[in-house]
Amino acid sequence: MPQRLFGTATVDVDADGFMTDFAQWTREVAAAIAKEEAIAELTPAHWKVIEFMHKEFKEIGQVPSIRKLNKSGVVTTKELYDLFPSGPAKKAAKIAGMKKPEGCV
Amino acid sequence: MANLLRNRLNPADWAITVVDRDNEHCYQPGFLFVPFGIYSPRQLVKDRAGLLPKGVEFVAAAIEQINPVKGEVLVAGGEILPYDLLIVATGTDIVPSETPGMLDGWRDTVFDFYTMDGSAALAQKLEAFKGGTLAVHINEMPVKCPVAPLEFTFLSDWYFTQRKLRQAVDIVFVTPLPGAFTKPVAAAALGALLDERKIRVVPEFGTERVDAAARKLIGYDGREVAYDLLVTVPTNMGAEVIERAGMGNELRFIPTDPKTLRSKKYENIFVLGDATDLPSSKAGSVVHFQAEILAGNIERAIAGKPLAGEFDGHANCFVETGRGKAILIDFNYEVEPLPGRFPFPIIGPMPLLKPGRINHLGKLAFRWIYWNMMLKGRPIPFIPNRMKMAGKKRPGPAPGKTK
Repeated sequence: MPQRLFGTATVDVDADGFMTDFAQWTREVAAAIAKEEAIAELTPAHWKVIEFMHKEFKEIGQVPSIRKLNKSGVVTTKELYDLFPSGPAKKAAKIAGMKKPEGCV
Repeated sequence: MANLLRNRLNPADWAITVVDRDNEHCYQPGFLFVPFGIYSPRQLVKDRAGLLPKGVEFVAAAIEQINPVKGEVLVAGGEILPYDLLIVATGTDIVPSETPGMLDGWRDTVFDFYTMDGSAALAQKLEAFKGGTLAVHINEMPVKCPVAPLEFTFLSDWYFTQRKLRQAVDIVFVTPLPGAFTKPVAAAALGALLDERKIRVVPEFGTERVDAAARKLIGYDGREVAYDLLVTVPTNMGAEVIERAGMGNELRFIPTDPKTLRSKKYENIFVLGDATDLPSSKAGSVVHFQAEILAGNIERAIAGKPLAGEFDGHANCFVETGRGKAILIDFNYEVEPLPGRFPFPIIGPMPLLKPGRINHLGKLAFRWIYWNMMLKGRPIPFIPNRMKMAGKKRPGPAPGKTK
């Protein structure tokens, strides 16, 4: 299992860089992953999305889709693309320490 | 399911009723070929009643409501069908109204090929198309038959080449996915084929709306794709009755156990095929593999035994690449499409992830297999319900190393 060092934390990741053990996630790790994803700083708007993703995963066991995020009222799809450009569901999931969202094709 | 279960369940103990909105069963994989004049719509329809075994009742009516608490299905006309066990297989459909502007150009410059009418209308449009930009577009995942848009793209390349119009037609493939495919090995293989055929790919495209007047797809990130003809796979959603019944998620798909196929919420409701929320592809082959496993679990449920978590997400799909060839992909929840041979190592005879004539013939022959074997619950020889690694080559540990 590959490992990455984010600040002072060492985390396990899969081949695509998604965390495999959520217990290792911290806000510091999130900020470091975000920087790698070309997001210089995580604003309160970013954190709202991340927190919603955690809540969804805890309650339903699935990483929410863009549509679910939009319907949640937490963020609109347009805002999501502004906050996490280019493949926002995947990007937000990565920063939130979630597994890569499902979807074979 | 009716065919599989009627054989296994004693008619004295279990009555089986199939409910569907009409008596016309369509061979959906054939819709892809209609726009290119390869099949006509007539060739793709059979009476449902004729496909069902004796001892199964068929009710041809729209489903108005499902009441999971009472254990009842209400159909148009007022008839109430009580049940002890329910299998929901209401599928998925395109919903173009989910994208602002898409319907403004509908059947004028914006077409689908996921419906009988849509593919027939597109046949006429393509015949008259003499040049310009053809955009083949996926609006949002998941969609059923996720390879179909790629197949349509490859067939378009072939179609216009045959008509000596290929130079006049710019074909562009627009997808919300990072490439032709999400999985790396297949993405490379299919991406290379698209390149070779001079088909542009616009990846990571989240469609905000369609400007039908200006003929443009407009993305959330501000990118635009201009087209003269748009062939789209609109957002796919489950049947409306699923929403009315309060049984589905935000796309009207039913939360289902990925291995046993029982619904997560109701012990006596099982879900099959496109109507589930499973991460497996929404594909016909998946339904086939699920069906055989589900039949076993229905028997176990009836006997009060624990269910078997046997379904592994197995999908086996032909990808038509035009020019008389097709690719075959075979994969499941854990293993991405890999190269090799199927179903047997070395002797195959079908190559995986490589265009081959035998795969194309397989795809065409499949129509016969579908009507005469698959729907009748007859097992297909050599094709296992759970994916096998036999014949597959895993990617090597060090890329660039030769054997």
